[in-house]
Amino acid sequence: MMNGSTILFYTLAALTLTCGVLSIATRHIFRAAIYLLFSLIGIAGIYFWLSYEFIAAVQIVVYVGGIVVLIIFSIFLTHQAGEKLPKQQLNRGIWAMLAVFCGFALTMVQVLQHPFPSGDGLHPVTVRQIGEKMLSTTDGGYALPFEIISMLLLAAMVGCIVIALRSKPETT
Amino acid sequence: MMEPGLYHILTVSIALFFIGVMGFLTRRNLITMLMSLELILNSVNLNFIAFNKYVWPGKMDGLFFTIFIIAIAAAEAAVAIAIIINLYRSNQSIDVTNAEDLKY
Repeated sequence: MMNGSTILFYTLAALTLTCGVLSIATRHIFRAAIYLLFSLIGIAGIYFWLSYEFIAAVQIVVYVGGIVVLIIFSIFLTHQAGEKLPKQQLNRGIWAMLAVFCGFALTMVQVLQHPFPSGDGLHPVTVRQIGEKMLSTTDGGYALPFEIISMLLLAAMVGCIVIALRSKPETT
Repeated sequence: MMEPGLYHILTVSIALFFIGVMGFLTRRNLITMLMSLELILNSVNLNFIAFNKYVWPGKMDGLFFTIFIIAIAAAEAAVAIAIIINLYRSNQSIDVTNAEDLKY
């Protein structure tokens, strides 16, 4: 029996995986970025399907709105329009395919054999709960990682500026 | 076709992870390698959320790990792209086989 929720999940999974495969297989780098965009949107859809709306919103804002746009801009800066990537070596492709297939089979066998304990019903997470937990300093709170992440973002920002600064000509 | 549950989401996540590994092994362009890395990180996030939902639904640890991984991935992508653009400026190419200044 198929209901709407099931159909929705399989559609989202198919969108994610198809766009992921196309993203690593296409020889146009700009198309690869667009396929990556749709793959990330599919993952955000799966988060919505799992009723984690906050994570889905963060995924769309940070990945789709931030990282993919950054990647597209860097493609504009480093590639000529319409230029194709060089053809991949067949030899390397075959070995990579073999390694990936073995890894996939091994992991799937392990996961499908492992009996995971199942949880007790549905506890929807509200944004209020997330905010309180993130800033709580009691046992199990996430205030310290939150502060460390803010330091990391600051360090990354300064690092990007330093790396991307155009170095001055040496003879002045 | 069954009702989707934990194992279905884990299957999607494992498939996405190995798609990313495949891209990382076969591509020789730094930006496409970075894209494969994003796919791998997303599959890990999907895993955390699936376990949080189906195994420990009363807790929020998987959710917080996902938020922090997304933040770190954003920082990592920004630094990586700064490095890539700097490499392009000095080498006129972002192919990893051409970046061999430190090789000899």
